[in-house]
Amino acid sequence: MKKQAKFGVGIGVIVAALGFLAWLGYGESKTYYHTIAELQTLTGSAKSQRMRVGGIVETGSIRRLSGHVDFVLEGEGKTLPVSYIGSDPLPDTFVDKSQALVEGHPDSNGRFVAEVVQAKCASKYEAAPGGTGGAAPKSAERSSM
Amino acid sequence: MDVFGSFALVLAFVCAVYAFGGGIAAIVTRHPLLIKSTRQAGMATCCLIFLATFSLEYLFFSDNFSNAYVVAHSNRDLSTFYKIAALWSGQEGSLLFWSFLLAIYVFSVLITYRNKNGELMPYVGVVMAGVQIFFLTLNNFVESPFRALAVPGANGAMDLVARADGNGLTPLLQYPEMVIHPPNLYSGYTGFTIPFAFALGALLARYPGEKWIHLTRKWTMIAWMFQSMGILLGAHWAYAVLGWGGYWGWDPVENASLLPWLTGTAFLHSVMMQEKRGMMKVWNVWLVFCTFLLCILGTFLTRSGVVSSVHAFANSSIGNWFVGFMGIILLVCFGAYFKNRDYLKSENQLDSIVSRESSFLFNNLILLVSCVAVLSGTLFPVFSEWFTGNRISVGAPFFNKVNIPIGLLLLFLTGVGPLLAWRKTSTESLKRNFGWPLGIGLAAGVIALVFGFREFYSWICLLLCVFVASTVLMEFYRGARVIRARSGASFMASAVDLTMRNTRRYGGYIVHMGMVFVFIGLAGAAFNRDLQKDMRQGDTMQIGPYTLVLQGFETKPEKNYTAQRMLVEVLRDKKPMMMLYPEKRRFTTTVENGTMVAIYSTLKEDLYVVYAGTSPDTQLPVLHAYLNPLVKWIWFGGVVVVFGTLVALLPNRRAVLVLSGAQQPAAQPIAHGLTPSVTLREGHD
Repeated sequence: MKKQAKFGVGIGVIVAALGFLAWLGYGESKTYYHTIAELQTLTGSAKSQRMRVGGIVETGSIRRLSGHVDFVLEGEGKTLPVSYIGSDPLPDTFVDKSQALVEGHPDSNGRFVAEVVQAKCASKYEAAPGGTGGAAPKSAERSSM
Repeated sequence: MDVFGSFALVLAFVCAVYAFGGGIAAIVTRHPLLIKSTRQAGMATCCLIFLATFSLEYLFFSDNFSNAYVVAHSNRDLSTFYKIAALWSGQEGSLLFWSFLLAIYVFSVLITYRNKNGELMPYVGVVMAGVQIFFLTLNNFVESPFRALAVPGANGAMDLVARADGNGLTPLLQYPEMVIHPPNLYSGYTGFTIPFAFALGALLARYPGEKWIHLTRKWTMIAWMFQSMGILLGAHWAYAVLGWGGYWGWDPVENASLLPWLTGTAFLHSVMMQEKRGMMKVWNVWLVFCTFLLCILGTFLTRSGVVSSVHAFANSSIGNWFVGFMGIILLVCFGAYFKNRDYLKSENQLDSIVSRESSFLFNNLILLVSCVAVLSGTLFPVFSEWFTGNRISVGAPFFNKVNIPIGLLLLFLTGVGPLLAWRKTSTESLKRNFGWPLGIGLAAGVIALVFGFREFYSWICLLLCVFVASTVLMEFYRGARVIRARSGASFMASAVDLTMRNTRRYGGYIVHMGMVFVFIGLAGAAFNRDLQKDMRQGDTMQIGPYTLVLQGFETKPEKNYTAQRMLVEVLRDKKPMMMLYPEKRRFTTTVENGTMVAIYSTLKEDLYVVYAGTSPDTQLPVLHAYLNPLVKWIWFGGVVVVFGTLVALLPNRRAVLVLSGAQQPAAQPIAHGLTPSVTLREGHD
């Protein structure tokens, strides 16, 4: 039985340590998903959380300015002005009418400040969007690995 | 041809149902003719799936634009090479391709064991047919690739039409990696069906554990090898095509491919516990079950977009089918387990914490923890929405924080595990086996510190890599020395001879060595650098030892796209080295763009150059350059892993040498686990 206890302790220590690391990583990177409509109803601390918002890029709204790119996302009849301030180039799939997922937080004027933009091309040619074979196209996100 | 294809698919479905139902009847009645006919029905299913797949390819090659799938994924200008790849570029074709690859495996299994393992095979056949039925249901009734193109006609009915040309293949897929990556990954996903079928079949048939494990070893390794290749090719595609300078972003789809790899790797190791010591039987069965479930989950995540989209199931109804299928599998697995769990009783207990068993145990535990972490992180948005109503995702920091230490622990075990004896290892043998490698590893660590190496994880990784590589090389050295002493052959020849005598053991070492190379490459990521600059003609940019000079800019029309490329000259120490051509492609058939990264790759580092668009301020082209150290080691390590797996798949060459005296390997393999004589390690180790 003593051996079992040793194993138990060893396993416990490993799992607990990794669990702790997971919890740290979770706190660092958790991001809330919201729809554009929901965003306007958020109050207080919920507004300062890191969040992800999805929508369709409004036709003709992309304006490339110095230091940032402005565009408008629309979804469920509402619109959201967005400023992308990230340093990575926007993905090739980011064009008018593409589905975009922006990550960041809203500023006090109701404009969304995005650090990451992911985009998936609108499935103009396919009735049911399929995906892209083995891996999803994703350009604007990077990891430290 | 589309009628032919859909007809073949329907027939395949019918045959699969017969193979399934008839197979159950055959198990109950044990009627030899029924057993034979269901096996043949299984083979017929596979052949019909082959026919259906070939007929879809034929539609692509004959530019048949009356088929909706061909219209959506091909055009006349598409090259032959990519017309093959167009098969799996969309939902319907991918699922057919899944069935196709599965059919190759099923057919091979049915042919290989047609006259063997009579008690087990009917069960295996039924399980395989069950899986085929699911995918054929999708192919036939949910996502058929043979739908004719139709538009709403005048009287409300649908009119069949044909287009002059198709929409073309998504530019992101028009890269050579994208032609070989999905087949590899899918071969991995589908391949794990075979060990699953054997495990479940053996459990239902109460078939002896060592036997089914022995039978499936080869199939598991093949699936594992494809899965490894698929993952690395996917990473390479992301690296060379997406243009963000990295190869792994913890994207749900990437994670999905990693999950079965983790449990599959755990399984490949823990089966040895069952073979040698009759332990972990329940664990092994569940590992296989989980691996297969994760394969289905991976396919589901890839195909349904459940995680990457903002709303669950936004894109496809296919998700419900997959969830249902996974539910059924889980029910069947639990049912079989509770019915026959007495058959999985362990024959031995763990003896010591410093033993081969415990190293396997920890290896499995750690792989499982990693799997659980990646799985929960991937599905976090789905579960958080269920439980709290808020959809919350976690990003790269979460995955890295958990998986980097796990990877390093695994690396440590890779070095330690194979050299520990079964049951219990003496302090004396620990010293003998680990003294040198540990010393060399520490020395490397100290040297790195002296040279200003300050990244903690990378430093540990380097130290461990040197340690593991030394243990592996020492094993080859010791074994080859013994052979050389007897045969007098050269050292290399002795090492090859050694490997061929126990392919499984030494093939495994080669795989471990490959993983060491992969880890070296991963460790380099801590030192990545990048720079971005608006470039006028003649402007220069300095990154690391390289000077980049923009020599020009050109626009060139190609067959189905227009290329804009920067002509970048690379100098090193003021000496011109070469030209790099980062490129943007604007495709004529779609509104999308494509990026072509230019990479100059050496073992030391990659110079990775991207044409990042036009600057809104200056209207000048922007050059984004990355200096990524050691990345090439990852791809090289992948090649070594595949080579090692292939070696391990070879049958052992019979030993020519006479075994010395009383030491018979077969009689007492366990007690000699640490004896450095090679001849004692014949057979499965």
